[in-house]
Amino acid sequence: MSIAITTQIICFTVLSLVILIGALGVVLLESIVYSAFLLGGVFMSVAGLYLLLNASFVAAAQVLVYVGAVNVLIIFAIMLVNKKEDLKPINDIKSRRIISTSICLTLLSLLIRVDLTNVWSLSSPQNSIGEESTIRIGEHLFSDYLLPFEVASVLLLMAMIGAIVLARRDVMNKDISTGLPVDQELIEKSSEPLLTNKN
Amino acid sequence: MEYGLDLEYSFNEFLKSFGISSEIAHVIWLPLPMLLVLVSAVVGVLVTVWLERKISAAAQQRIGPEYAGALGVLQPIADGLKLLVKEDIIPAKADGILFTAGPILVLVPVILSWLIVPFGQNLLISNVGIGIFLWISLSSIQPIGLLMSGYASNNKYSLLGGLRAAAQSISYEIPLALSVLAIVLMTNSLSTIDIVNQQSGAGILSWNIWRQPVGFIVFWICALAECERLPFDLPEAEEELVAGYQTEYAGMKFALFYLGSYINLILSALLVSILYLGGWGFPIPVELIAKFLNLPINSPFIQVFTASIGIVMTVLKAYLLVFIAILLRWTTPRVRIDQLLDLGWKFLLPISLANLLITAGLKLAFPQFFGG
Repeated sequence: MSIAITTQIICFTVLSLVILIGALGVVLLESIVYSAFLLGGVFMSVAGLYLLLNASFVAAAQVLVYVGAVNVLIIFAIMLVNKKEDLKPINDIKSRRIISTSICLTLLSLLIRVDLTNVWSLSSPQNSIGEESTIRIGEHLFSDYLLPFEVASVLLLMAMIGAIVLARRDVMNKDISTGLPVDQELIEKSSEPLLTNKN
Repeated sequence: MEYGLDLEYSFNEFLKSFGISSEIAHVIWLPLPMLLVLVSAVVGVLVTVWLERKISAAAQQRIGPEYAGALGVLQPIADGLKLLVKEDIIPAKADGILFTAGPILVLVPVILSWLIVPFGQNLLISNVGIGIFLWISLSSIQPIGLLMSGYASNNKYSLLGGLRAAAQSISYEIPLALSVLAIVLMTNSLSTIDIVNQQSGAGILSWNIWRQPVGFIVFWICALAECERLPFDLPEAEEELVAGYQTEYAGMKFALFYLGSYINLILSALLVSILYLGGWGFPIPVELIAKFLNLPINSPFIQVFTASIGIVMTVLKAYLLVFIAILLRWTTPRVRIDQLLDLGWKFLLPISLANLLITAGLKLAFPQFFGG
């Protein structure tokens, strides 16, 4: 066995272990802050797997989007609203757990079935495009995947408008979820500088 | 096309002459450039710290460090040794694991980004195809480390500093990436080597700064903001937040932050010189000098001359930018947090978008000047 293959196997094992243990930690840990940081670790290891598959552009995009944007924003949000709050106990927790477990197991069996029945055609190392993949991805995004690409951008635009509506509740006088009038006192109305008005 | 010195090839050939297989030769070669770059990054930090102390002193009409070595050149080493032997304190109510992991997460991406910094045609660790994109994505990891150390310190100043650092880093990453994108559009490649080669046609006249003046300024402002240098050093504003996310840190962990911020400053200066100031290119093309001296471009003398000129030019340009950054530190007042976010989102973002659009238009109109 050559050195390159041994290195690859070691990297793959370590990355897979980190992904599995990290993902379990995200779900099972009590502290939400630890969960969020572990999620970042899981995203990084997935990027590592992409690198092992010679998809460096996808790996860098994974780090930029998931670690640099999504995960940072999750942590940011957790730290801004770090409120200690006792949640109400849920009454029929047992039956809920059974239902969610069965759904997860069904999904898992479906995935395993796909894995076993599908014929995975492995391209030989000579056929892999490697560094050219950036150009190839661009070509696909602007030809046969143009519609999904544009639809995804519309989706992001919708999410952005939704976020602005939620953040600027002063444009509405009713709370969306409860229907009660909004307490306008809590909303900062103007963004006048604090220091300039004092004489 | 093969030009310039290829040290890796010669090294492998040298080892092969002793009967070592090419695979093992490659494994022996791999750590050498990494170690070299790590050492040069740390030495660069020492030089920058000394420059910062001396230039700050000159700006304030003081003398600055004087007794440690000639002109105080050993002062940064004394600083480093002091931090090395200090007690490593983890505050009682802090979160030990995150407190330790934070500084590491800040430093590692910065050092990894040195992977793509070229000092010559073959003088870089790895010419990865995604080049400059790797740096953009790696630099987006840093705010996680800052948030982590801010949270783990269990101190309100630290938490505020960490949150400010993350907000600042997110807002300035977008104009930064957009101005890099304009360069990539002109080069047709993400690789740093290709970006420099594209600027090497006519010496100083073909540098990107003439074709991308707006991009240059936007990139420099954003790079300063990403490094948390003074007009934008809100995360550690000492009058407001004690020292921001570093408040609770001491000893080697503080040194990691210190090292990280200075390595990042040098890295940003190097990248500005690669993207806009022609990288290792001499203001007069080396081919012209060779022709003037009647030497063939492939002669060993010209090869060694080109390589050394390349390293000197890259470092010179980078340190010129570091000098400007230090001068800016003592001549500009700190912006407020709302001014900082306004500048990022309402000024730099539209300008860099417009710059990208104009570059694309010019590329279509004048393909010979803006990359076909």
